[in-house]
Amino acid sequence: MAEIRVENLQKNFGDFVAVKQSSFTINDGEFFVMLGPSGCGKTTTLRMIAGLEMPTEGKIYLDDEDVTFLPGSRRDIAFVFQLFALYPHMNVRRNIDFPLRIQRLPRKEIRQRTQEVAEMLRIDHLLNQPVGGLSSGDRQRVALGRAIIRKAKAFLLDEPLGALDAEFRDLMCEELLLLHKRVSATSVYVTHDQVEAMLMADRICVMNNAEVLQIDAPLEIYERPKTKFVAGFIGTPSMNFLKAKGSLAPGQSEIEVNGVSVKIPKTHESLDNAEAIVGARPEHLSLGDDGSLRGEVFAIEYMGARQMVTVDTEAGRLKVRVPNTIKVRYGETVGLSFDSEKLLVFNPETDKAVNSTLFDGAIS
Amino acid sequence: MTAAPDKAFSVGTVSARSKLIAAILVTAYALVAVIPLVWILATGFKSPPDSISYPPKVLFQPTLEGYVNLFTSRTRQTPEYIKSLGPPKTWYDELARKRNMVISGPSRFKDRYLNSVIIGFGSTFLAVFLGTLAAYGFSRFKVPLKDDLLFFILSTRMMPPIAVAIPIFLMYREIGLSDTALGMILLYTAVNVSLSVWLLKGFVDEIPKEYEEAALVDGYSRLQAFVKTVLPQMRSGIAATSIFCLIFAWNEYAFALLLTSGQAQTAPPFIPTIIGEGGLDWPAVGAGTTLFLLPIVIFTVLLRNQLLRGITFGAVRK
Ligand SMILES: Nc1ncnc2c1ncn2[C@@H]1O[C@H](COP(=O)(O)OP(=O)(O)OP(=O)(O)O)[C@@H](O)[C@H]1O
Ligand SMILES: [Mg+2]
Repeated sequence: MAEIRVENLQKNFGDFVAVKQSSFTINDGEFFVMLGPSGCGKTTTLRMIAGLEMPTEGKIYLDDEDVTFLPGSRRDIAFVFQLFALYPHMNVRRNIDFPLRIQRLPRKEIRQRTQEVAEMLRIDHLLNQPVGGLSSGDRQRVALGRAIIRKAKAFLLDEPLGALDAEFRDLMCEELLLLHKRVSATSVYVTHDQVEAMLMADRICVMNNAEVLQIDAPLEIYERPKTKFVAGFIGTPSMNFLKAKGSLAPGQSEIEVNGVSVKIPKTHESLDNAEAIVGARPEHLSLGDDGSLRGEVFAIEYMGARQMVTVDTEAGRLKVRVPNTIKVRYGETVGLSFDSEKLLVFNPETDKAVNSTLFDGAIS
Repeated sequence: MTAAPDKAFSVGTVSARSKLIAAILVTAYALVAVIPLVWILATGFKSPPDSISYPPKVLFQPTLEGYVNLFTSRTRQTPEYIKSLGPPKTWYDELARKRNMVISGPSRFKDRYLNSVIIGFGSTFLAVFLGTLAAYGFSRFKVPLKDDLLFFILSTRMMPPIAVAIPIFLMYREIGLSDTALGMILLYTAVNVSLSVWLLKGFVDEIPKEYEEAALVDGYSRLQAFVKTVLPQMRSGIAATSIFCLIFAWNEYAFALLLTSGQAQTAPPFIPTIIGEGGLDWPAVGAGTTLFLLPIVIFTVLLRNQLLRGITFGAVRK
């Protein structure tokens, strides 16, 4: 078990910057999820931690030991690859005990540990089968088995559920979490699926364009995103963004959206732009005749106990999540009101959220 | 409106009639291809008069005379002299004496054949061994001037090898490699290694590098990871490449004729000399050719599963 610390990590491929000056610490036993769109440098970061890629700049510490240039074979880290990388010429048992066979352990111990791991993953009945005919779920389990059998210091998982179909993914998500609870090893989990990240993470690290944007607990990221990108990337459907009149003074608690004054959490800093962007999640909007902003109902989607109403306003098309009990019709003109305490204001130039009382309770 | 057809065909289904046509075509081609081989095989078991009879005999009394002649050298004697030798000691003595011949010793065929085996398999092993390592290196590591080097390797194949025969002949004479097995092994390896590197690089490229990387993080060294994870998956590629290399080295005639005469002569330049030795001895030539074809056939049959997989590699893999 170990703590992983990364300092100013950078990776260039020629002129292309794949990872830019990343710094973060992954705590001992933590389930740390790296989240970001395709190509943002998640895999590259993970590969540098594993020792499969040498950083251009920066340092990597494993339990305070500098491992930046240590070959992967000497870091004692387990890696689960995106496409599992099971050896087609070996059966399930051979695949799982592969990491032990290099350690020259006694045969008996290898057999016993393989059996334990296989039972834990419920694949002990498959041990003597070739990996070729396995279902994708079982392949996934074999890959996990190969990772946990070694009792490594940390587990790195690169989109391990990416190859599974949606239904099965939820199941494996749970299994993976249970497994993590049992072995309680430091785990770094890469995904581009924000639902997976919200479900599993102790902390989420959101990346975009080679940069780390925010590292926080899932709820924290959801409620207090520090940039517009994070705000928009997390949550389905994504946050509504409304154009507003800029120029905020510290201590101000109102902003003008489309000529209507909207209450916002009291700001701690000023904003000197001509424009600002107000962010409101669908559940932070509600329908009501007294609403300050008015618009026409464009679409209604029923989602169990709730419904998603799309409203065309002069400030743009907004999604509103309301209980099913509220009756709306297509084409109807409705008023919208805001849950003012939860609103965010972004600076369109820097993409950053304007600091306000909303962030007062923040953990970090 | 038309009724739905009572038989639905999937796009991939082949009708019985096209199967029949395909079978007929394949059989016809196989016959055409196999006739010369059958002819050679049959000639090896004919007696000398049968082998040159016109019209050619399809049914004949098989005899091992051709094989005896291939492996022995004989002298012609008078019947009186042969009688004075007493009864023949072995079945092949008897065969020879029927034609007024006495076996005076073994021929050089066995040595030539052994040379072919040593040189053919030796150079194949070397070319594939070097090719595997080079292909792995080119496929996995950052090699400076990689593309230029690969092109250079390929370019050694652009000229027919025999175009450099004279310089090699002079060079070999100078450094004492003329008429040595080592010289021939090196030469065939040099010719084959370009083919081997290119073919094998294709196979290594197809193997995801995650396999080795998984082994690397699990504590294996680069070489161990290569041996444990990449090599087993290259099996079919190595088999296919070996056959190509062996076929070239085994059949090569021009260099062998030029560079070997005594010690290291291989079977291809030797077999035609049989014709000259004791008149037109076609059965012996047939026997020699049959034995010469055998190793390639056996090698190919042994590796055929690997070979088939090698040829369809990439086409069916996910
Ligand atoms: N060996 C390499 N050489 C050149 N560019 C590379 C190399 N590896 C990765 N890249 C580039 O670096 C960027 C980041 O890649 P990376 O694989 O880390 O993305 P990712 O976040 O894992 O994306 P995905 O979700 O698609 O897996 C990509 O644009 C990729 O093209
Ligand atoms: Mg990736």
